[in-house]
Amino acid sequence: MDQQQESLFRTPLYEWHVARGGRMVDFAGWSMPVQYTSIIDEHVKTRNAGGIADISHMGRLRFEGPGAAVFLAELLTRRVSDMREGQIRYSLVTNEQGGIMDDVLVGYYRNANGQPFYVVVVNASNRRKVVDWVQSRLPPERAERPGQEVIFTDVTRLWAMFAIQGPRALELLQPLVDVELPWMRYYRGAQVAILHPAAQRQGGIISRTGYTGEDGFELSVGATIAADVWEVLVELGRPRGMVPTGLGARDTLRLEAGMPLYGHELGEHVEPFQAGLGFACHLTGYDFPGRDALRAIQERPPHQARVGLEMAGRRVARQGAPILAGTDQIGEVTSGTFSPTLNKPIAMAYLRREYAEAGTVVSVDVRGRIEPARLVPLPFYRRNNQGA
Amino acid sequence: MNPDDLLYAETHEWARIEDTPDGKLATVGITAFAVELLTDLVNIDLPAEGTAVEAGQPFGEVESVKSVSDLNSPVDGEVVEVNHAIAGHLETVSNDPFGDGWFVKIKLTDAGALEKLMDREAYEAQIREDQ
Repeated sequence: MDQQQESLFRTPLYEWHVARGGRMVDFAGWSMPVQYTSIIDEHVKTRNAGGIADISHMGRLRFEGPGAAVFLAELLTRRVSDMREGQIRYSLVTNEQGGIMDDVLVGYYRNANGQPFYVVVVNASNRRKVVDWVQSRLPPERAERPGQEVIFTDVTRLWAMFAIQGPRALELLQPLVDVELPWMRYYRGAQVAILHPAAQRQGGIISRTGYTGEDGFELSVGATIAADVWEVLVELGRPRGMVPTGLGARDTLRLEAGMPLYGHELGEHVEPFQAGLGFACHLTGYDFPGRDALRAIQERPPHQARVGLEMAGRRVARQGAPILAGTDQIGEVTSGTFSPTLNKPIAMAYLRREYAEAGTVVSVDVRGRIEPARLVPLPFYRRNNQGA
Repeated sequence: MNPDDLLYAETHEWARIEDTPDGKLATVGITAFAVELLTDLVNIDLPAEGTAVEAGQPFGEVESVKSVSDLNSPVDGEVVEVNHAIAGHLETVSNDPFGDGWFVKIKLTDAGALEKLMDREAYEAQIREDQ
């Protein structure tokens, strides 16, 4: 156990997590806290006030140089070349068959010297794979093509990243940054100065993005100041009812918000349309891997749809649970948990399209016993004030 | 914190053995350590009265937000009473795992399996090793 923990990556907050009773687990090769107090407690506090999460395990890939825009346009399913400064887009990386290699956020920023750059945020579990994929497409003759140079850097270990989510996230962060956060729209971000001595005059990147269904922000700061900035956030958050949250609550929050997770709803055997991610595929612009395959796939309606399930009973249907109509298997659960907000088990699943209508009652084989479930529209949870 | 008068299974169930006119009766629950590991208890699935159970074999399941675990019977016998009061009140299990938070009472058909259970000291030594 200890031996294994030794070889895991640690974020700059590892010591803090351990000292504050974080229950550390191996997540995609990183030692991360699954919870500090309880998943339900951290979940509820995020919805009611706010949660502060260390998400420094997320891979961050930086692209700059005159050829960066075109290189990314030929890598990602979403158009990149028309992005304006401060814009962020959800996109996919697909293989030649149109299968999903990763789902990412791409942001376009400009640093203090006026130099533009892109940051692609990838799943921790896919970082190695995506880095290899990028490098295979970026041999020296491509990276150094005159006038089209691309500089690629994996900055994951150099930058920490925090998710500050919930109704009080904005008031917590506003005094700490030199931009007017109320004017920052959803899926926008900016390079900012951090107005606190803990940051030692270093800047950061803040974006109005998240994975919880709440209003909130993600903040990236240099690894060397990360622990001090984190401490400031936690201290300022405490009197507001905000708490540090682990990966457990991150999962229940995203599931209630109906957001897919790679390895559950997404994988290389999944194409974007069945996952409900057609909006992230721009098939008429640059030629990215899988574009032609996706055009063909788009022509025929997908066999399956991603759906939400509410269980009638108390047993949780988890990943892999078969969904039945009579004795026919018509689908499979991809993620399941207990919803703290709804106080009942919920799940996401792929279901044969002809059954995928809200209100339909299906049977789920939960560890050998049939449990009834009802199809409900996604997301399971929508916050009251969709302000941003 | 673990009572002295109980027997403990490796999988964190406890049994309190009583002699009754009908033979030996085991009251069974899970330990405070198990409750701590689970933290967010969301469901407990127990067998019906009359179910035959076998030592070391699952007789129900206990579920937290993150995972589901089998409940293994510490004894051989037949379930004669189920604590239905905990169904809607899982906090009873969290707050009083060795008392009101008991799960089932099992009438023993064979006392042989008791020898495989641990006393408090042995159980606590196992917990220390696990950690």
